[in-house]
Amino acid sequence: MYAYDEIDRTLVNERVSEFRDQVKRRLSGELTEDEFKILRLQNGVYLQLHAYMFRVAIPYGTLATNQLRALAHVARKYDRGYGHFTTRQNIQFNWIKLAELPDALEDLAKVGIHAMQTSGNNMRNVTSDQWAGVAPGEIEDPRIWSELIRQHTTLHPEFSFLPRKFKIAITASDHDRAAIKIHDIGLRLIKNEKGETGFEVLVGGGLGRTPFIAKTIKHFVHGRDILSYIEAILRVYNQYGRRDNIYKARIKILVHELGIEKFSREVEDEWRQIRNSSLEIDDEVIEDIRSRFTYPSYEKLPHMPDELRQAAADPDFEAWRKNSVAPHKVQGYSIVTISLKPTGGPPGDATAEQMDALADLADKYSFGEIRVGHEQNLALPHVAKRDLPALWKALDKLGLATPNVNLITDIIACPGLDYCSLANARSIPIAQELTRRFANHELANLIGRLHINISGCINACGHHHVGHIGILGVEKNGEEVYQITIGGRADENAALGTLIGPGVKFDEVADVVEDIVEAYLALRERPEELFMDTVKRLGVEPFKERVYATR
Amino acid sequence: MTSPLEQKKIKIAGPSVVTANRTWDGIVVYRTAAKGWSAELSEAAIVRNSDEARALLAESIADDVGAIGPYIAPVQIGEDGKILPGNLREQIRRTGVTIGQPAQV
Repeated sequence: MYAYDEIDRTLVNERVSEFRDQVKRRLSGELTEDEFKILRLQNGVYLQLHAYMFRVAIPYGTLATNQLRALAHVARKYDRGYGHFTTRQNIQFNWIKLAELPDALEDLAKVGIHAMQTSGNNMRNVTSDQWAGVAPGEIEDPRIWSELIRQHTTLHPEFSFLPRKFKIAITASDHDRAAIKIHDIGLRLIKNEKGETGFEVLVGGGLGRTPFIAKTIKHFVHGRDILSYIEAILRVYNQYGRRDNIYKARIKILVHELGIEKFSREVEDEWRQIRNSSLEIDDEVIEDIRSRFTYPSYEKLPHMPDELRQAAADPDFEAWRKNSVAPHKVQGYSIVTISLKPTGGPPGDATAEQMDALADLADKYSFGEIRVGHEQNLALPHVAKRDLPALWKALDKLGLATPNVNLITDIIACPGLDYCSLANARSIPIAQELTRRFANHELANLIGRLHINISGCINACGHHHVGHIGILGVEKNGEEVYQITIGGRADENAALGTLIGPGVKFDEVADVVEDIVEAYLALRERPEELFMDTVKRLGVEPFKERVYATR
Repeated sequence: MTSPLEQKKIKIAGPSVVTANRTWDGIVVYRTAAKGWSAELSEAAIVRNSDEARALLAESIADDVGAIGPYIAPVQIGEDGKILPGNLREQIRRTGVTIGQPAQV
């Protein structure tokens, strides 16, 4: 966990009183909506279809139990008893009243939570690997660097009025769980030949109406130089980024139009001017941040405790363990992913009761810590293996033990037309129907790793471009129509999916996905060949033929 | 969401209303003939041509404290005179999400 210092606490508290005054002036008419809009966006407040939506940051996906309880409290007191975890380590409340928002912000500020950097054309919440600090083989904890960047960018004028929003993600493992290649800047922590910590820097990734996979702009930037290098990128973006056309304003367009070589040269020119300046990071700064992260006092535990050996006889436990439990860097411990994708449920939603109960379980079994991943699931990062059977039983009672992590029903979906004012089509009912179609866990396991991503409009909040199967809802002649892509992925081998053919109607989407899955099962050479391997081997044609042969 | 400014040149194809979200709590509201806002679509002022629509929208925009984001939305008038939303988006805005909400399941 990270402990905020006095500067952060003051900043968060001052923001609450500022916003309280702004809301008061808005409700009295002293501020018009045009004047107020930028202020509310700076505090994570959007206007959606039915109500205001309040987006709260969970920096680098780390939550303490008192913070999760505070989120449950906000859900219960100010909203309708639930929250929605997003694809960027935020949580959204869908039914909040503007008049009550300052009170909600104040309640969250008491536990160090805020909504800064969750909306607007600024540097957004810096995201990271939800297994940061506990993943075996990790270079080092990427959250230290995420926090450094968070501190530097919060309210920084250079980063507060950008041409468009700007997102950074950091990973420190070979397997990328932070989706860095679809971010404006992606950072991969590495060591150079001298053993020094630094970053491979990628730039220009993003989805939306013009998707791009990020390109490597520099193979190694020393850790001490990372702020100056990021600032150099931002300066080039601020100088050349399009402010006249919202659809061309993201840095990915600039990188694409200039070309990575020219863009890189511009950044190098900027960097030369600011590199050896106060932006160079002293080791003490990093060590101070590192010291503010507390790590559990792990016990020395056996690799295979008796409790786990005995529980292995229960097939339901084993199904969950094999699916949801991952190796930990410390012997005798595990990382447990909590699926927020129950059969028939909206992906990423959790009730206030579930949040409270999960906080209790985290206190009991995970040193009081919870993580939030971009796949819209949660994780308990430090669970002793001996406690896994008891934890599983407790999670099952809460409806939080669906053994479908990374399987076909572990669907990423945006709120879609049920909530979002930008959406053209519904996402959640499509996801719900798919979770019912593939509710049989034996079938889901037979299919194996397969990610479905659903977006309700071209803005791609459900990351449909990088779904193994991507579903994009559009509106055509007043009807919801869904375009299907296959072959996308968001990991270290990130790729954009390929459209398989004409869009299909709302009622046909689940049938089409079934057809694609049946085609895959028939085409794969062996059970271990994953869906993505089959698509890579054969291309989209066999799937296209199967889907459209009878349509 | 289409901004009111973009709608200034709008040519409505049938009966329409002006809808927005109430400022203090964000709920969906409709402009009434009494120059107020109502949460009931049945109380909405109906406009049937572009001039009427433009006038109702202008009046709504001026009431910035009452509601935000006003725009013209199509409606259908049933045989019994009942006002119904003219598309799926407006249907969802009037009746709520088409899915069960987690806390109610």
